Amino acid sequence: MPAHLSARLCSLALSLFLIAFTLPALAGPFEDAVAKFANDDYSDTDEAIGVVASSGNPLAFPIISALQDGRLMADPDSKKVYVTGADGKSIDAATGQAVASVPDSASAVRLNNRLRRSVDAALGSLTLQSPDVGTRLQAAQSVFKSHEETALEAVDAALAKETNRSVKAALGDARAAILLFKPDATEVEKLEAVAALKGRGDQEALALLTGMGDQPASVTKAAASAIGSIQNSLAVWSMVQNAWYGLSLGSVLLLAAIGLAITFGVMGVINMAHGEMVMIGAYTTFVVQEVIRTRYPGLFDYSLLIAVPLAFVVAGAIGVLIERSIIRFLYGRPLETLLATWGLSLVLQQAVRTMFGPTNREVGNPSWMSGAFELGQITITYNRLWILVFTLAVFAILLAMLRYTALGLEMRAVTQNRRMAASMGIATSRVDALTFGLGSGIAGIAGVALSQIDNVSPNLGQSYIIDSFMVVVFGGVGNLWGTLVGAFTLGIANKFLEPVAGAVLGKIAILVLIILFIQKRPRGLFALKGRAVEA
Amino acid sequence: MTPHMLTRSLDRSATIFLAVVAACGILIPLSNLLLPAGSFLQVPTYLVALWGKYVCYAILALSIDLIWGYCGILSLGHGAFFALGGYAMGMYLMRQIGTRGVYGNPILPDFMVFLNYSKLPWTWYGFDMFWFAALMVLLVPGLLAFCFGWLAFRSRVTGVYLSIITQAMTYALLLAFFRNDFGFGGNNGLTDFKDILGFNVQAEGTRAALFALSCLALIAGFLICRAIVSSKLGKVLIAVRDAESRTRFLGYRVESYKLFVFTVSACMAGVAGALYVPQVGIINPSEFAPGNSIEAVIWVAVGGRGTLVGAALGAVVVNYAKTFFTSGMLAPYWLFMLGALFILVTLLLPKGIVGTFNAWWDQSKEKRSAAAMASAAAEDGVTEPKMAE
Repeated sequence: MPAHLSARLCSLALSLFLIAFTLPALAGPFEDAVAKFANDDYSDTDEAIGVVASSGNPLAFPIISALQDGRLMADPDSKKVYVTGADGKSIDAATGQAVASVPDSASAVRLNNRLRRSVDAALGSLTLQSPDVGTRLQAAQSVFKSHEETALEAVDAALAKETNRSVKAALGDARAAILLFKPDATEVEKLEAVAALKGRGDQEALALLTGMGDQPASVTKAAASAIGSIQNSLAVWSMVQNAWYGLSLGSVLLLAAIGLAITFGVMGVINMAHGEMVMIGAYTTFVVQEVIRTRYPGLFDYSLLIAVPLAFVVAGAIGVLIERSIIRFLYGRPLETLLATWGLSLVLQQAVRTMFGPTNREVGNPSWMSGAFELGQITITYNRLWILVFTLAVFAILLAMLRYTALGLEMRAVTQNRRMAASMGIATSRVDALTFGLGSGIAGIAGVALSQIDNVSPNLGQSYIIDSFMVVVFGGVGNLWGTLVGAFTLGIANKFLEPVAGAVLGKIAILVLIILFIQKRPRGLFALKGRAVEA
Repeated sequence: MTPHMLTRSLDRSATIFLAVVAACGILIPLSNLLLPAGSFLQVPTYLVALWGKYVCYAILALSIDLIWGYCGILSLGHGAFFALGGYAMGMYLMRQIGTRGVYGNPILPDFMVFLNYSKLPWTWYGFDMFWFAALMVLLVPGLLAFCFGWLAFRSRVTGVYLSIITQAMTYALLLAFFRNDFGFGGNNGLTDFKDILGFNVQAEGTRAALFALSCLALIAGFLICRAIVSSKLGKVLIAVRDAESRTRFLGYRVESYKLFVFTVSACMAGVAGALYVPQVGIINPSEFAPGNSIEAVIWVAVGGRGTLVGAALGAVVVNYAKTFFTSGMLAPYWLFMLGALFILVTLLLPKGIVGTFNAWWDQSKEKRSAAAMASAAAEDGVTEPKMAE
């Protein structure tokens, strides 16, 4: 029985004490059984555990749990048994009356390994009927794991009364587990048990079925087919799990790369300081949360909603500044742009390091982003799910912006033919600055999301820059859909390679595959076609 | 400005460069070994090692200038070739430790004993022999560059795409070398060297000899690069840099030219790494960090791309500044300065120090010759009609 469960039951035990005080003390089978604890004999103790556990007496739980913790004191002379509480107060185990002190001759009732199993099973069945749903569920699960034969009656009794669906299912599984291991259970019962475990279909059911020992031929056969089907379904679930991890990684990659797809893909500017824009977004989140923590603690759950537009504005403004002061002088010289922006990334990193210190800063998860839920056999955390949703939303908004707004139209015009666009009266230099600002701003809001799953440190951006370039180059420059497909392909491929090759080797394999892929399609998955490409 | 004048001006700076390097290569070791310690003119041993490091960086910069300055290939993976050469040398030095390691195993280096290797991995075979290690210093980076370049240039991966995949290559190598089971010492790398060719690595004489050798390698590398760029092949390389498609249409096999020069350059970087390791006494995976390769490119940009002399000069100047600034109280500001250097050089000094100086020198020379011609004409007083005839 898990330790935290017994701690949780202490309060329950206390209320039971109060009831116990009001009961008249009658000598009966319960009192006789309690007295047996004082015999200091393992078989007597075992017998006593069985009788006490099945007595239905409210004192049963405190006694058994005291026995487990070594707090059940027995006086061999007077044959009296006492339960000492953690607070030093003691009661008479048979009557529930408080006693001033336990006699010096009393000593803790001793247990051996066999008895400990009985105690665990007895406690498990005692809690099966607790009024608390969580306690009942946990008890049923612990019986399932221990599958002690002695708990069968208790499980059946609980099953008859149970109304909660999930607890009922857990109890059914527990019963199946017990029956499977019970030597004298009928073949029909065992076959039913195998079917129930097959329906459960998880790793634990598989462990029970593979370790069930000698069984009648029909049961062995049914179990073998159940094992096969469980293994199949587990394999499918692990695929689903990998696919989910892959989607999650893909969404992170897409989020980091999407701004780059604008600056590099649309404008052709190699912005090595792109990662630092992500970092600036993350630090904006940190500052917002700091202000909220000190001034308006109630707003903490909204901190990210406040940080997103702020990060967009901050990173976007810095982006426009960079474009106006450095990049516009370097158009048409991509290699020089690469070097200048690399230098810029060093400056930005060092600036942040000077302002906020070199160590990780803590950014908290709002309540709606913490926790997880189960979907079949896999666990999905809310922060990963929200990041996926957020990424797709950002992508859709960006796409719509490029497609339907005037600025989007101008951007596309300048990308396709700069001189023609200028002749048509588009202020190309203004569009350049805004496009670069947009790409940087999106990197900034990527930083808000990434602050939820990554360490916020001055090096945050560096860890994404190479991956982001890989995504954009793999997907095809100048094509947002290519970036989307590229990010999710790389994410999923990475996660499916990881279990086979290990995390680092998987990553190396992906890098090598991209290098080889570029040889085959030098302009990525979705290449732009036409004359503009060669220029 | 005629092509003749251009080659002459390059020859002048090349001569000065070779003279300076040769003088350093002879005088610094001699002063270190022969003059009494503490004397004014004596170069202390730590400075010999430090300058030896700069000379290795200069060779690396030279190799980058050969492909970037003359062929337009911006490799962000030259740090990887440098480190591979360094690892080849480091493996030789590890095998020379023999039983003097902490665990005293005659064959396995310490880290392998520590990681429970039962026998030497096949990748380490032969590295107990110097000639084999020296061969590998050239072969490993050369072969990698050959394969990589063969794939990349044949499928016409150019410009920034090439830069990005070279960066991916060095990043992949960084991750691989960080792994303990890759068999090259994991993140600790290779260190605790004792002997090179039987001489103690720490000894003053060995250090001085290594310094002289590095200078010799720099001179040799410079002469090889000069020979390449001033030959007919070099002209084709410059044509590829300036108009790749046009060169191809003229009937040149552009990819073969690029592949040749890329491989030569990688071998040079490997040699630089091999000379670097015994002088600094350690090689670890951080040498593969993409940042290092980009930093090496900026040395070339500072000195002046396409000048060779400038690349070497840039490497020494930037690294001297780095040593100077990171050792004092200005250390927190070094990254600001380095970053600003990247930005300012690309914006304001696109030709680099040597390139700008050459342009200025040629311009003033032209002015002077024009002035001389004008004054000569004034003295004669009959130039106009003569020219007209």
